[in-house]
Amino acid sequence: MPSAATHETIETVWRMESARLIGGLVRMVRDVGLAEDLAQEALVAALERWPSTGVPDNPGAWLMATAKNRAIDALRRRRMRERKHEKLAGEAPVADSSTVHDVEAALDDDVGDDLLRLVLIACHPVLSTEARVALTLRLLGGLATDEIARAFLVPVSTIQQRIVRAKRTLAEARVPFEVPRGEDLARRLPSVLEVLYLVFNEGYAATRGEDWIRPQLCEDAMRLGRILSELLPEEAEVHGLLALMELQASRTRARLGPDGAPILLLDQDRGRWDQLLIRRGLAALERAESLAHPLGPYTLQAAIAACHARARTPDATDWPRIVALYDALAELTGSPVVELNRAVAVAMAFGPAQGLELVDELLDEPALRDYHLLPSARADLLLKLGRTAEARAELERAAELATNERERALLLEKAKECG
Amino acid sequence: MRVMVIVKATENSEAGVMPSEQLLADMGKFNEELVKAGVMLAGDGLHPSSKGKRVRFAGGKKTVIDGPFAETKELIAGFWIWQVKSMEEAVEWVRRCPDPMPGEESEIEIRPVFEAEDFGEEFTPELRAQEERLRAEIERQHES
Repeated sequence: MPSAATHETIETVWRMESARLIGGLVRMVRDVGLAEDLAQEALVAALERWPSTGVPDNPGAWLMATAKNRAIDALRRRRMRERKHEKLAGEAPVADSSTVHDVEAALDDDVGDDLLRLVLIACHPVLSTEARVALTLRLLGGLATDEIARAFLVPVSTIQQRIVRAKRTLAEARVPFEVPRGEDLARRLPSVLEVLYLVFNEGYAATRGEDWIRPQLCEDAMRLGRILSELLPEEAEVHGLLALMELQASRTRARLGPDGAPILLLDQDRGRWDQLLIRRGLAALERAESLAHPLGPYTLQAAIAACHARARTPDATDWPRIVALYDALAELTGSPVVELNRAVAVAMAFGPAQGLELVDELLDEPALRDYHLLPSARADLLLKLGRTAEARAELERAAELATNERERALLLEKAKECG
Repeated sequence: MRVMVIVKATENSEAGVMPSEQLLADMGKFNEELVKAGVMLAGDGLHPSSKGKRVRFAGGKKTVIDGPFAETKELIAGFWIWQVKSMEEAVEWVRRCPDPMPGEESEIEIRPVFEAEDFGEEFTPELRAQEERLRAEIERQHES
C-alpha cells in the first residue's frame, strides 16, 4: 500500500515537472495558454487521485499521459470545429487520425528541445522585457503568479495581466514553434540571457529583512542558467552568464555589514566568499572562454569577476588584466558605465592620477549626468591624490544624486570625514 | 536552498565492495538528470572508513584515531550538494535515486545547509545594539 501523498508533495512534484510538461504540450497544441491549461488540468487530476493512490513511480510520465489525453480531446474538438468550417467553405477535410498520430509522434521527441522551445517562446523578442520575465518565471521557474508578484513588489493583478497579455501577444504574432538553429538561435539568445540576468539582479538587489522570496530570485536565475547551459552546451555566452551569476553570488554572504550597509568589494571578508560557487563559476568561465572568439559581454564581465575571485587578498588583484578586460567590454558595449569602471580599474593598476584623467573625460557624458557613482568615484581618486576639499564637494554631490537612503548616509559621512 | 544529501554506509561499502556496472550506469543517469534540472552543485563517493582518520577533541586534548570505525550505519559512503526549492523537492529527488546499496538495507539522509538568512537574526541592528550595550556595561564593571 503506497503511502498517501500530501497536497504539498503533489505541488512539489508538479513544480518539478511543469516546465517539461508544458514544453511537451506546447509542441503538441502550439498554444502556450492552452498548454498551460492542460498542464493545470493534469495537476487537478493528480490532486484528486494521488492522495489515495500515492505518488506514482514516474510522476512525470503520469502527468504527461493525463495531459496528453486531454490534449487529444482538445485537438479533436478543434478539428471538428475546423471541419465544420471547411465543409461550409467546401474544402477537403483532413483525416482525424493523422492529428492523433502527430501527437503520439511528437511526444516521443526530445525533451530537451521542448524545454528550449519553451524558453525561447517565453523570452520571445516580440514581448516586453517585463512580460518575458513573468512568463519565464511562471512557465520555467515553476513560480506561482502571487510569488512572482511578491518577488517584484507589484500587485498580483499586474502579473496576471502581464501573463495574459503576453500569451495573447504570442498568439497574435503567430510566433513559430520550431526551435531555431545556428545563426537564428544565436540571434534569439540575447533576449533570453537578458531575462535571466535581470531576474538575478532583482534578487541580488534585495536587502536583508525583505520577503525571503526576493533573494530567492538569484537561485531561480542560476538554476535556469544551469538548465540552459545543459540545453545549449556549445553557446559561449550561456556559460559566460552562468559564470557571472555564480561568481557574483559567491559574495552574497560578505557584501552586507551587520547593519545592512553594503560592504565594497575590496573591503569584504574574503573568507566568507562561497568557494563552491567560485569553483563552479570559474569552471563555467573556462568553458565559455574555450568556446568564444572573441569573448562576449557576459563572458567578459565574468572574467572580470573571476579576477577578484582568484585574488586571495585585495592586493593580489590582477588590475592590469581587469583593465584589459574592461577595454574589450567598453569596445563591445560602448557603455559609459563600463568606461567609468574601466577608469577605476586604471587607477588601481596605474595610479589615481591616470584614473582621474579618464574619469574627467566622462564628466560631459549625458548618460552619467545623474549617476551618483561618477562623483563618488571621482571623490575617491581626489582623496588618494590629497585633494580633500574637491573630494568633499564631489561626495556631497554624490549624496544628492544617490537614491538609496543608506548609500546617501554613507556618502555624507565620508564627506564629513574629509574635514 | 542548499541541502547536503548523505548516502549512509553499509557492510559492503565499508568492505570496499565496488558498485556494479549496472548501478554505476543508473547513478550516472540519475546524476545527469540532476545536472539537467540545475539541481546538482557537487557530489562525490567516499572511500571506506578504513582509509579514514578521526581527530577526537576532549578536555583540550586531541587524539588521532585510525579507521575503520565501528558504527557502520552512521558512517558516510558518499554525498551530494543540491540546490532545491524546498526540502520536499529534495525528498522527491531522493525518491528517484536508484537504490545505492542493492541487496542491503541502506539510508539516504537530507540535511539543509545553513544559509546567510539563518544567521540573519543575530545581525539585526536591534540585537547588535543590545550586544554593544552589554559590552559597554561589562567594561564599566571592569572599571569599578
